[in-house]
Amino acid sequence: MTLTETGSPAAVPAGTPPLLEVDNLHVEFRTREGVAKAVNGVSYAINAGETLAVLGESGSGKSVTAQAIMGILDTPPGFVTKGSIRYQGDDLLQMPEGVRRTYRGEHLAMIFQDALSSLNPVFSVGYQIAEMFRVHRGMSRSDGMKKALELMELVNIPAARERVKDYPHQFSGGMRQRIMIAMAIALDPEVLIADEPTTALDVTVQAQIMALLKELQRERDMGLILITHDLGVVADVADKIAVMYAGRIVERAPVYDIYARPAHPYTEGLLASIPRVDMKGQELFAIKGIPPSLMRIPPGCPFNPRCGYARDICREQDPPNYPVGDAHDSACHFWEEVVDGTRR
Amino acid sequence: MAPAGEAVLEVRDLVKHFPLTQGIVLQRQIGAVKAVDGVSLDLHKGETLGVVGESGCGKSTLAKLLMVLERPTAGQVKFNGEDIYSLKGKAFKAMRRNIQIVFQDPYSSLNPRMTVGDIVGEPFDIHPEVAPRRDRRRKVQELLEVVGLSPEHINRYPHQFSGGQRQRIGIARGLALRPDVIICDEPVSALDVSVQAQVINLFENLQSEFNLSYIFIAHDLSIVRHISDRVAVMYLGKIVEIGDESQIYGAPSHPYTQALLSAVPIPDPTQRDRKTQIVLQGDVPSPANPPSGCRFRTRCWKAQDICATEEPLLTIRPGISHPSACHFAEQAQIVETHDAEEFGLNQPVPTPDDDDLVEPGTLP
Amino acid sequence: MSDPTASAAGVTGTLEGHAGSPPTTAEPGREKPRSLGRDAWEDLRHNWVFWIASVLILILIVMAIAPGVFTSASPTASDLDVSRQGPGPGAPFGYDLQGRDVLARTIYGARASILVGIFATAFATIVGSFMGIVAGYYGGWTDTIVSRLTDVFFAIPIFLGAILVLTSFPSDENTSQVAAYTKVAVALAIFGWTSTARIMRSSVIQVKQADFVQAARALGASNSAIIRKHVLPNSLTPVIVVATISLGGYIGAEAGLSYLGIGLQPPVISWGIAISDAQTYLRVSPHMMMFPIAFLSITVLAFIMLGDAVREALDPKLR
Repeated sequence: MTLTETGSPAAVPAGTPPLLEVDNLHVEFRTREGVAKAVNGVSYAINAGETLAVLGESGSGKSVTAQAIMGILDTPPGFVTKGSIRYQGDDLLQMPEGVRRTYRGEHLAMIFQDALSSLNPVFSVGYQIAEMFRVHRGMSRSDGMKKALELMELVNIPAARERVKDYPHQFSGGMRQRIMIAMAIALDPEVLIADEPTTALDVTVQAQIMALLKELQRERDMGLILITHDLGVVADVADKIAVMYAGRIVERAPVYDIYARPAHPYTEGLLASIPRVDMKGQELFAIKGIPPSLMRIPPGCPFNPRCGYARDICREQDPPNYPVGDAHDSACHFWEEVVDGTRR
Repeated sequence: MAPAGEAVLEVRDLVKHFPLTQGIVLQRQIGAVKAVDGVSLDLHKGETLGVVGESGCGKSTLAKLLMVLERPTAGQVKFNGEDIYSLKGKAFKAMRRNIQIVFQDPYSSLNPRMTVGDIVGEPFDIHPEVAPRRDRRRKVQELLEVVGLSPEHINRYPHQFSGGQRQRIGIARGLALRPDVIICDEPVSALDVSVQAQVINLFENLQSEFNLSYIFIAHDLSIVRHISDRVAVMYLGKIVEIGDESQIYGAPSHPYTQALLSAVPIPDPTQRDRKTQIVLQGDVPSPANPPSGCRFRTRCWKAQDICATEEPLLTIRPGISHPSACHFAEQAQIVETHDAEEFGLNQPVPTPDDDDLVEPGTLP
Repeated sequence: MSDPTASAAGVTGTLEGHAGSPPTTAEPGREKPRSLGRDAWEDLRHNWVFWIASVLILILIVMAIAPGVFTSASPTASDLDVSRQGPGPGAPFGYDLQGRDVLARTIYGARASILVGIFATAFATIVGSFMGIVAGYYGGWTDTIVSRLTDVFFAIPIFLGAILVLTSFPSDENTSQVAAYTKVAVALAIFGWTSTARIMRSSVIQVKQADFVQAARALGASNSAIIRKHVLPNSLTPVIVVATISLGGYIGAEAGLSYLGIGLQPPVISWGIAISDAQTYLRVSPHMMMFPIAFLSITVLAFIMLGDAVREALDPKLR
């Protein structure tokens, strides 16, 4: 599989650690009802200029992993119980909070689905962007405001000069998301995590925001982790994909590979359930059942109760990551059958 | 494609303006949000009419009007020939039985303090003539089975179910009175991807089983395409284009429809560089203060002077197979479709000639 | 697909932040049908604050119904020989000015406090809920009128209002005990219903917008059926919490009114009257005041604790 895209993984010299590497991460939530195992051994890596899409449904652990990377997990109830998160080789989880804080904004930044509640309603947007420079760079307020204006122009906010003193509620959803992006890239982070950045937006606005993100990524050679449930958005922008289910990565692959040759029944099912033109009037393929409760993840492969390929071994043995192809692996005992397309 | 059956619902010039008022005691009107502004459409028996549009286009208000949860400012809706807004008393209540709704949010649409049996049985409490008291439990269990839930779950509470299952409970409630029309207001957009297909299939199966007519409101264009016979595209309170599924998706003629279709990401990475994307600038204007003339003109790359002065009517225009509300309507193929040749289309999307309005080119 | 609750999750972007909870409820399950009330009870059962408060309140209620269980001494038998005698054998709380047993009088005094508290809470809750539902559900002009009326009553402090009412309509020897309790309770409730009304109104407005209310309307349900089946059960939670906490407050207010001599009047036995009688001798015979005050504080505290525990159990945000 060759990636011809701009922003394809640059040839990283051997021995250089990836920009960001999550290794065997485990996160659990200790609630009154019991322990919910939200993330169970997630590993992925991202290099500069790369876009990694983390695909999953609600409860798959995709956002929790991102929160663990950023160090903004609500503790309690959330606890990282195992694993490491290495930024250029240094384990963020081993750092004291004071040191770790300096990484947020500076090296790692994140934008959220809900831009309105992510912005403080009592300060103007210009002031909030300027704060980033005041706090992290020790700039004066007026210099910060100048930088804020530059950033607002960079993210294509019309009439930015007049609007820099406006408050978040005076902007539309798409504009607010642009302001969030401006804040996130203010300090030139190397890694940007976008958690469902367009889910709350209309489809025409979604296209604008994704185009902006892509452009900024290319200009600044950022690593972009795009968390989403939308197979369409993934196909448009990602270089590689990690598919998550019940807190695990069930399949990892370069983007072209996964759409052409899914090797896990869950991925295959998701792709098959997309309404297609030539399927008009026919029943959609539907994955049966519902995602498991994170407090009672079934033994063996977590997907086995919903899986058409499942056999006894799937109920007993948690599948390892079987290599399927170049940079492509699947956590399914019967991945070969999936690839061959002998579904159900 | 569209069944030529009789119209069950005839919507004529429906208007809903929400007054904007100022003052607490002595309120005076300072304007109005024109949520729905002159919508006309027909719904035929056994048909699914998809309604698509972005937030603020008035599609949810349209649903509320059709359910008589809101009263219109003007216009009428005829159900089997009778204006539903002029019905009173018994006749009105009887009409209620025939039009039902399925809501978007499976969490807020079920009363958390009632059991599933009480929720699905509520329609029978309100319309006791439909089912004698002793039959109700059995009827509720039948309904649960019809929507794919275990009849044993009758005594459970909503919070014991997942989103998809709750949506099925909502559908069972909507079906209880054997309505002719079900308004589906974004019925799958709050569900997990892997569950959406199940619920879509259920809607389709129920339709053929009970000969239902659906108004299917959604923003997901691919789902609407899959389930709909005809599609209406709304923008700022008006229908800008309406036609068969194949006409709207295969040969859209209104610039807004074209932009909307081109913005939908295609779940196939090999299409990335091949498709032309029309990236619209700016946001939808406020429905309290819509642009003059054509409402889309502020974001349109084809806009001319006439668009600001003269409102384009929704009508069949020369060279176009279906009604479109654009002075410069032109059929074009935006997305890959099996019907493309049928319309003699192979020309690409008109290249936008005004760089200020449209960002030319594709996503990287 | 995005969970609808996620949009509210906010700055921390906890799309799955509370990952524990949604999937738990997603598993239709193995156990018996669990209503929300049952869940709340499960929660309360494991809360020690709830149990302490409940045991205290239970003891107080038994005291109010059958004071004889706790003491064999008569609260009215007076023996001036032991006037103001401190605690000692046979009288663990000592004697008051007229030589009556303080323990007996404190125990018999619970009835007045509890009854006035319950009456006042009941009146305030019923009136307040009614006003709140009317204002919240019907909205428009009805809401404007009811809300302004509420504001007018809200502007007058409860205690001051009760003093005004009770001095305008004083009790005398001919007033029966029950009438005396009722009068104090009504005097407190007249100005106490407003907070319930406000809470009920906002809670009704919130519930009214829920889709299940719209669904019932779409089915053709009448307003009264919608209020009864959908709106009331779902907006009662905060009112229950306020009622529990304010019950303690009313008990305190009753004591205050009686202390001022305008609430309950002797020969009714009440903590307030006892405190009032004892104040002159606070320095020489502190026991006369200490015990009624301790009982009063514990009672008020017990109800506030119960209210807090109930709120914690019913609050869906913590769930």
